[in-house]
Amino acid sequence: MDRRTIVNFVLILLLTAVAIYAVVWQQHPAWLTNLLFWQPASSRNLDFQLGLDLQGGLQVLLVADLPEGRAVDSQSMATARRIVESRVNALGLTEPVVQVQGSERIVVEIPGIEDPAQAVDTIRETAMLEFVTPPAGVTAETLYTIRQLQMPISTTYLMSEAEIQSVSAMTDVMLFQTELTGGDLDSAYVVRDPNTSQPLVAIEFKSEGAAKFASYTASHVGESLCIVLDKRILSCPTIQTAIPSGKATIEGSFTYEEASQLAVQLQYGALPIPLKIESYKAIGPSLGAQSVEKSVRAGIVGLVVVFLFMLIYYRLNGLAADLALALYVLLNLFLYKLVPVTMTLPGIAGFLLSVGMAVDANILVFERMKEELRHGRSLKRAAEAGFSRAWTSVRDSNLATLLTCAILYLFGNAFAASLVKGFAITLAIGTVINLFTAIVVTRTFIRLAFSAAGEQIQKHAWLLGL
Amino acid sequence: MINFVQNRRLFFTIAGILIALSLVALLVSAILFDGQALRISIDFKGGTLFVLHFDQTVEESAIRQVFIDNGHTGPIVQRLGAADDNTWQVRTRFAETEEVQKILDDLDTQVGLVNRTLSNWNTVEPTVGAEVAQYAALAVLAASAAVLAFIWFSFRRVPNPFRYGVVSIAAMLVNVVITLGFYALMGILQGWEADALFLTALLTVIGFSVQDVIVVFDRIRENIPRHRGEPFELIVNRSVLETVHRSLATQLNAMFVMVAILLFGGTTIKPFIAVMLVGMLSETFTSLCVAVPLLVVWEGRDHRHSFARATA
Repeated sequence: MDRRTIVNFVLILLLTAVAIYAVVWQQHPAWLTNLLFWQPASSRNLDFQLGLDLQGGLQVLLVADLPEGRAVDSQSMATARRIVESRVNALGLTEPVVQVQGSERIVVEIPGIEDPAQAVDTIRETAMLEFVTPPAGVTAETLYTIRQLQMPISTTYLMSEAEIQSVSAMTDVMLFQTELTGGDLDSAYVVRDPNTSQPLVAIEFKSEGAAKFASYTASHVGESLCIVLDKRILSCPTIQTAIPSGKATIEGSFTYEEASQLAVQLQYGALPIPLKIESYKAIGPSLGAQSVEKSVRAGIVGLVVVFLFMLIYYRLNGLAADLALALYVLLNLFLYKLVPVTMTLPGIAGFLLSVGMAVDANILVFERMKEELRHGRSLKRAAEAGFSRAWTSVRDSNLATLLTCAILYLFGNAFAASLVKGFAITLAIGTVINLFTAIVVTRTFIRLAFSAAGEQIQKHAWLLGL
Repeated sequence: MINFVQNRRLFFTIAGILIALSLVALLVSAILFDGQALRISIDFKGGTLFVLHFDQTVEESAIRQVFIDNGHTGPIVQRLGAADDNTWQVRTRFAETEEVQKILDDLDTQVGLVNRTLSNWNTVEPTVGAEVAQYAALAVLAASAAVLAFIWFSFRRVPNPFRYGVVSIAAMLVNVVITLGFYALMGILQGWEADALFLTALLTVIGFSVQDVIVVFDRIRENIPRHRGEPFELIVNRSVLETVHRSLATQLNAMFVMVAILLFGGTTIKPFIAVMLVGMLSETFTSLCVAVPLLVVWEGRDHRHSFARATA
């Protein structure tokens, strides 16, 4: 037995131990997960990442909706993405993904969401302007502080009666009563204060809104009315007199640019580019759980059959291949957690398929080995010849698989086909790991077995399936 | 043992029948579904697909009515799974999110509660669909080009690389036609639609389709100098027999896994796996029973010729 084989064997055992620890144990200490520097600092972990189709959720593909001839610049796409992201984050769900795709699309993925309709509304929302009454007993100082700190506030807009009731019951939440919204606006534009020449945003209500505004201001003279944009207070002017005209101005110590931006936002929506929903996909969370369960069961059945087949057909070699295959499965799962790879249903299928394919390299080698033995080679010679002669075939077929994966990945990446991408990634990872387990690991096991008990094995030819 | 070379007439006939059947399936599908040789899914042409799980038994006509009332004329309503699954699939044109919401609410009130956690819906604008279809065509071209490059690379040291290449590609094309034919048939019988996953399966089949051919041809190349004086046919048949164990063993393993997923996996993934299964089965057949005999027909005459000259 040569030293290299033993060193390899020890290294394989070590790798197995690490992989078992990472895959089987659910909890890992923080100092360990912090070593995963390539993962985003906020969510370093060794958990399986489930795709939308497995944990349910919402995928929305938004596209820039500009008039013919106007080009989309990447700067405004980036801004639009940031705004959409902050809105999605405001929903308080775990790990939403908001990405720019190509030159004019934004993909939003929100896993595990219960109410996709609400999320879609939030994403599509244009700059949401509200005129709200502060809750009773809130002082001007408090309002000033909230405004200075840009703290998000709770308003009754879009809340049901029941929700309003339950939120009002909470003592630590200030609930602002929404009186009017941006939907009541007819137009918005920049004017300058005649006295200070400070830029202001002038707004005009539609007739219905104007009537509401008139009656509200008439009955609340001397009180504060807060103007709120996207749940943040812009200003809280005091109502001096009733305003029947349906016209008002918003003060906010703006620069001219800020004022004109706000005016545009109020009129056309806060996004620098209008976005339109191009594709929208909602998957019920329990549906995903069912899929996971079924796939795992199918996978286990398939794997057991493959293990048995190898064992029965190739006997001792098959045992070595099975051990290598077990390590193969383990290393794949380990990498899925390490990278991390988002698991999707086709991804799981790709992985299972790659297990079926993974034995191909072993089969090429074992068939060669049998041939060499039939030609009267000694056991060790046959084994080495099997591995070295089969190598070109193994290399070629794996190369072809990787090529296919690359094309699939590019195709999946070109638009939001995360399912296709998932399949390509798991199949590619599987192919690479397979080269390691089928060649290095199996060879080490077989060398060990042959050096330890070569003579006995040679006497019992059935052990090799001859 | 089967003689792969001598039985070539039989194999060519089988291949011919399979190709003819596939073309018929594609043609029938085209006639039935306004020119769609494969039923195209919303991924490529836009539209909305609902999979609705109801908490109680519901009537197909009631579901249809809700869609029609919401301005979706001619929705395709199908039952999924067993009767007591209460799961229905509805296909219709592209719908705005408000429309989708309205339809779901109307289903709740007029048909029966839609269990949101077990349902899903997907809507795609027609323009995106067209773009995806373009990418799909590109991907198929790229995959074919990659296979060509791969064949060229594998056979660069063979005397007549062109012949090996052409024969491999012929086998790949036969394989693709059979796979497409199978899907067209399932489209007619089961309503399977060609979606992004189908394309994934097809690309995978294309990618794998020359593997067996290459292993066999590799062996032929190795055996030619070893067995000088033997007729080419014999060398080829020997090479096939030497590699057939590997081809079958590998196929069997991949099949174990795929059949397991077909039997125990979820319904959504079934067409995907089925395409791959059929593609791989037909790949084994086309490699051994089409590519190899074709090569013998083409190369054999020359080989015998040069052999005769060498001994003369």
